[in-house]
Amino acid sequence: MTEEIIIAGFGGQGVLSMGKILAYSGIMQDKEVSWMPSYGPEMRGGTANVTVILSDERISSPVLKHYDTAIILNQQSMDKFEETVKPGGILLYDPNGILKHPTRKDINIFKIEGAAEASRMSNSKTFNMIILGAYLKIKPVVNMENVLKGLKKSLPDRHHHLIPVNEEAIKVGIEKVQSLQTV
Amino acid sequence: MEEVKLMKGNEAIAEASIREGVDAYFGYPITPQSEVIEYLMLEEPYKRTGMAVLQAESEIAAINMVYGAAACGKKAMTSSSSPGISLKQEGLSYIAGSELPCVVVNVVRGGPGLGTIQPSQADYFQTVKGGGHGDYRLIVLAPASVQEMSDFVEDGFNLAFKYRNPVMILSDGLIGQMMEKVKLKAQKPRLTENEIRERYGDWATLGNKSENRKIITSLELKPERQEKHNDKLQAKYREVEKNEVRYEKINCENADYLLVAYGSSARICQKTIQLGKEKGLNIGLIRPITLWPFPSKAIYEAADKVKGILAVELSAGQMVEDVRLAVNGKVKVEHFGRYGGMIHSPDEVLSALEQKIIGG
Repeated sequence: MTEEIIIAGFGGQGVLSMGKILAYSGIMQDKEVSWMPSYGPEMRGGTANVTVILSDERISSPVLKHYDTAIILNQQSMDKFEETVKPGGILLYDPNGILKHPTRKDINIFKIEGAAEASRMSNSKTFNMIILGAYLKIKPVVNMENVLKGLKKSLPDRHHHLIPVNEEAIKVGIEKVQSLQTV
Repeated sequence: MEEVKLMKGNEAIAEASIREGVDAYFGYPITPQSEVIEYLMLEEPYKRTGMAVLQAESEIAAINMVYGAAACGKKAMTSSSSPGISLKQEGLSYIAGSELPCVVVNVVRGGPGLGTIQPSQADYFQTVKGGGHGDYRLIVLAPASVQEMSDFVEDGFNLAFKYRNPVMILSDGLIGQMMEKVKLKAQKPRLTENEIRERYGDWATLGNKSENRKIITSLELKPERQEKHNDKLQAKYREVEKNEVRYEKINCENADYLLVAYGSSARICQKTIQLGKEKGLNIGLIRPITLWPFPSKAIYEAADKVKGILAVELSAGQMVEDVRLAVNGKVKVEHFGRYGGMIHSPDEVLSALEQKIIGG
């Protein structure tokens, strides 16, 4: 099993930390993992993306041109990454702020109202965990037990009291993700 | 006890330096390697092992602090990225001339000049062919994973003390910024002055008046003696070339075409091998782990068995010159690489191989 994922959105949406939690969850499930961020000025408010690879084998290139799954959280990222999904792959997006919805006919498309659900939870910081939940519902590459372990590993001790609310957010994502197109 | 963590390459270097029992780290922040000093400052190794961590006033100050600490027989290191490493070249030449051990890390970014902060491998010439003035060599290790970022700190200090020579870990923004699993080594104690002397010889200036006077310098006013000193350095370099060449061969059995790539490009090329397989192409990879000494013999021998060689590096073509020297005209050698901070994809490498070698 090798799963090659790009997560792309605005800086501040928690794109990088979502990737980190996914990678840590992979380690908890004895997988090889890599996490390669875009870094630099874009971390300070512009676009941010991270490539996460989970695999049963040694990982070759940490940077890729085509992905099994693209998780897209803003319009710029849609413009850039819709075309990079492998045929038959998965595109998961939050329609909030998206003007041009995906048009590919050869990929599986899902949506999750992450921003809306986060504001319903009155906690905008749960956004990325709602998205993670949605992704894990579509592709259960790691089980929930290991996700919680990964969450614990990637959060500093002083934030461990936030684990229950993050777990709650993951569950919301699992529940609310919708399939728009299956190929 | 081995510990497995998810770490950035830069963090792994920092943690490995603490566990190696390094006495002092001197640095100055620069993207994409600032996590090294950030991690060290947060970890406070002066509480864990007594290791000193200091943000110097400049890169030049940092390398000269390393020079001073190394002269005292201490395990000293610094790290920077390309523009900062350029500033350190004078110090590196002095350290090499004075035959002192140290480890310097370069997390390369796009150049020339201030350039970009994205990954690059365009400092190969600077690292391998000199950089500073005079006939000297750095022993150069090129990590291709976060694990190797950690492991090469120990390997680097072993080589540095064995040969009393500066060692460069030549990484780049990709390996420095990416996170992977890393198995951390057990904590080593810092060595005492006596232990250093017993293991590596009695050359360090320890400030002890009762001992024989020791002078560490790179200055010699008599050219006859400086020539002899150079002879000694050259003899040492021949020993390093004989003993310390390291490389990895991937899928080279029965390969029709060969890629030569180090560090991040070697990772990208491993994916190219898979993509090639899907198209029925049998591609091998030689990954130099030491860039100096360069695995010339392995590449020379591999050249007999393949139809052509593509050197892949994030530069306009630097290592390719050493590949051509090694191959000595036996088969076609071409270069491919994006540069200035752009990263070639595995697909682009495959297209380049098809155009420049298979079709060309």
